[in-house]
Amino acid sequence: MGEVLRSKTAELFNEPGCAKNQAKSEKERKKGCSKPLVPGAAAGGCAFDGAKIALEPIVDVVHLTHGPSACEGNSWDNRHAATSGPSTYRLGLTTDLSELDIVMGNGEKRLYRAIKDAIARYDPPAVFVYQTCVPAMIGDDIEAVCRHAAEKTGTPCIPVLSAGFSGKKNFGNKLAGEALFKHVIGTIEPEYTTPTDVNILGEYNIVGEIWQIKPLLEKLGIRLLANITGDARYRDIAGAHRARVNMMMCSAALINLARQMEERWGIPYFEGSFYGIADTSAALRMLARMLVERGAPEDLLERTEALITAEEARAWARIEPYREILKGKRVILYTGGVKSWSIVSALQEIGMKIVATSVRKSTEGDKERIKEIMDDPHMVGSVPAREMYARLANDEADILLSGGKTQYVGLKARRPWLDINQERNYAYAGYDGTVALVAELAKSLSNPVWEEIRRPAPWEISADIVPLDCGPQSRSGVGEA
Amino acid sequence: MATLLQPKKNGSINPLKSSAPLGAALAYLGVDGAVPLFHGAQGCTSFALTLAVRHFREDMPMQTTAIAEVETILGGADNLEEALVNLQARMNPKFIGIASTALIETRGEDITGDLLSIMQRRHELARTAIVYASTPDYVGALEDGWAKAVTAIIEGLVVPGERRQKSLRQINILPGVHQTAADIDQLRDMAAAFGLDAVVLPDLSGSLDGHVNAEFTPITSGGTKLEDIADMGEGLATIAIGQHMTPAAEALEGLTGVPSTVLANLTGLAATDELVALLSRISGVAVPESLKRRRSQLVDAMLDCHFYLGGKRIAIAADPDLTYQLAVFFKSLGAEIVTAVTTTHHSALLERVPAKEVVVGDLMDFEERAAAAQADLLVTHSHGRQAAERLGLPHLRVGFPIFDRLGVQHRSMIGYAGSRDFLYEVGNIFLSLIKEKKPEDFTSAEVPPFKVQEKRDVGQTLAIG
Ligand code: SF4
Repeated sequence: MGEVLRSKTAELFNEPGCAKNQAKSEKERKKGCSKPLVPGAAAGGCAFDGAKIALEPIVDVVHLTHGPSACEGNSWDNRHAATSGPSTYRLGLTTDLSELDIVMGNGEKRLYRAIKDAIARYDPPAVFVYQTCVPAMIGDDIEAVCRHAAEKTGTPCIPVLSAGFSGKKNFGNKLAGEALFKHVIGTIEPEYTTPTDVNILGEYNIVGEIWQIKPLLEKLGIRLLANITGDARYRDIAGAHRARVNMMMCSAALINLARQMEERWGIPYFEGSFYGIADTSAALRMLARMLVERGAPEDLLERTEALITAEEARAWARIEPYREILKGKRVILYTGGVKSWSIVSALQEIGMKIVATSVRKSTEGDKERIKEIMDDPHMVGSVPAREMYARLANDEADILLSGGKTQYVGLKARRPWLDINQERNYAYAGYDGTVALVAELAKSLSNPVWEEIRRPAPWEISADIVPLDCGPQSRSGVGEA
Repeated sequence: MATLLQPKKNGSINPLKSSAPLGAALAYLGVDGAVPLFHGAQGCTSFALTLAVRHFREDMPMQTTAIAEVETILGGADNLEEALVNLQARMNPKFIGIASTALIETRGEDITGDLLSIMQRRHELARTAIVYASTPDYVGALEDGWAKAVTAIIEGLVVPGERRQKSLRQINILPGVHQTAADIDQLRDMAAAFGLDAVVLPDLSGSLDGHVNAEFTPITSGGTKLEDIADMGEGLATIAIGQHMTPAAEALEGLTGVPSTVLANLTGLAATDELVALLSRISGVAVPESLKRRRSQLVDAMLDCHFYLGGKRIAIAADPDLTYQLAVFFKSLGAEIVTAVTTTHHSALLERVPAKEVVVGDLMDFEERAAAAQADLLVTHSHGRQAAERLGLPHLRVGFPIFDRLGVQHRSMIGYAGSRDFLYEVGNIFLSLIKEKKPEDFTSAEVPPFKVQEKRDVGQTLAIG
């Protein structure tokens, strides 16, 4: 494994913009946040997974995974990042290394040829090349191969040093940000700029959520210079360094990128969310304020307030019919922590009760926010499936909100479940998204199926079963009396 | 019949194959009280888990030894030990099946040796049956991993030696990775119709058939019982399904002397007839009326459906055994296999696929060839949906993974009943595509040249040894 990779890893773990890290002592900080994994305790995605999640929504480029077929083969085509145009990103490309390639050390050659083939075939604006465990271990230098291929073909080739063993999914998000900062952003000048250009970071356009946000910005005359990375085009991201403000969505996934963009190009950033009505309004206000501070016309503030008033009124009117069903309903929120505070506030707004929210991947800042907005914050770490099942089966909550991996724990306990992670089928961002979320919650909670399937079978209540009167030979004799 | 083509390429576009460790994990999940353990970095397990969850719509107890950077350099034996001890303490499984991944195999670790010394040190692990299959991701595909895991289970857990049968009614069935829970239920019922008790290994019909337990369990519930595996030597005979199960059948026969037969295929009339005749021979019982009735239903379905399948141009992409099975079946109804793409060349059966050529390739090969061959129907797993969209063709989902259809474990395509239902499913696809004709449909209609079919190869049993 390359020295490069190891020093890179240490550097990223030492992210100064990361609140979690800043709270630690100097010595601890050096160690970074690589909490060791526990073998034999269920594990989440690897760094490659995280990097791919963050970059794959760039829709017009080729994403090429360097490794044996499993990394890409078992994972492609499993997300709902939507596109408004090109669909190159949906292809699953891998060098599909064979035993022979590995033994003979043919990995680099094969990668180079695969890059060339992909460019010849799809003529993309760029190729992203993902490193995985096996080639990283045997020392394939994908940075060098990318450099060489870019020179030969004239197409940018972006190496992403995402060997799975180097860390968890969150760490992979950071590696993705690193690749964008080092190789993409700032390489192309936008055709023109405006005083209201902004970027959003960490928004992947899951089931089209950016289209619930973009119209709001457009109504205010704010231009989304680059969405990083949902429904993004390569050129937009390459020109993202000319934005006036960066908004970082919810999590600290791309915080290293936000901080580095501030350092190099002086773009201030803030952390906000488009989940829930109050948060959406707060994010719009913040965007407007920061833009005005950086020279956008003053009247943006007023227009923002007007839009917020109108949109909030419209959203609440549409939520009204569901309020009765949802009021007081108890929720367990198990999101992995990344989105927990923004979802918490969204659910509280509509009168639901959060009986537990997981913060297993949250930063200290996330936790602070949860404490701020909840009267009685029941924050939990990771909950073993058995315990989760017991809590649901014992009627401690009316519904479970989580990602797909936990769904069957909820369903098998015969409790409603709603997907709020990336495999979900509904878009929940912005005002319209909040209405959609409320509608889904209501639909799920009021489904008669729950009552039906919780009812025991007739023969389980044996006392009630009376044999039919089938004449004198009624075998059991029970019920004759 | 078919020539095997392996286009030289620098990678794959839209992979068709799922990995061997995943295949092994699925096999392990067919054992009662099991936890599959991937020996490798954590992402491999996470991806496999997500894919399997999407297919089965069930919780999956899959675990990882969580190899990270340091172990990648220094070796993973300690992680393996820690994982086994942790699993034991947390879940108390009856069985742990280890599948290695590419990372660990590339380091060239001596996993068998590691495992031996761990077992010597850690006496608490003696309560759990542990087996290991070597399944690096860069060798083979789903079928290979499944077969290796079943072989490892047999070699590790069956009590060897010839013996007199206790019951004279037991047979062993070794299903392939392409059998669903419904397929297995049907096989067991068919055996029962001859008075035979089937020990099925692995048995996904108990563990992954989508049932709701009264209580939560973090390990599999249902699946083959360990004591039944130990007693497989008591069987009268062993029936393995699919060419890829040949090594497993051989291992079992070698250990116990129980004679085995590998049936290449169980879809369609001829194939099911062969199975039924075999069951009758093993049991010495005449074919019961219930099965004769199912048979005549299948014959009737074939009569009803052949109008819609005759002359249809079918493109298939699947693992070798499934490809063979489907191709033979479609061919028997007058359809033509214009494209056949498969995942690995590790199968002697591929040459017998009734098509001009079989390509070892990916879904891009499939898409391009199907388009060029003017296929009428795409038959492959869910990832083929993008190709179907682009080509505007109907898409019949088969194999693994199927994540955009419900109830896949309850769909059978084998035996008289399963073949009948499957045939109606296909027939209905073509029936629904028939449009009312308009004058303009006739102006310059091109009639494809009529071709007389070759006679079909009926003999399907594979000789063993
Ligand atoms: S852990 Fe490594 S080998 Fe496994 S999926 Fe992630 S990158 Fe691939």
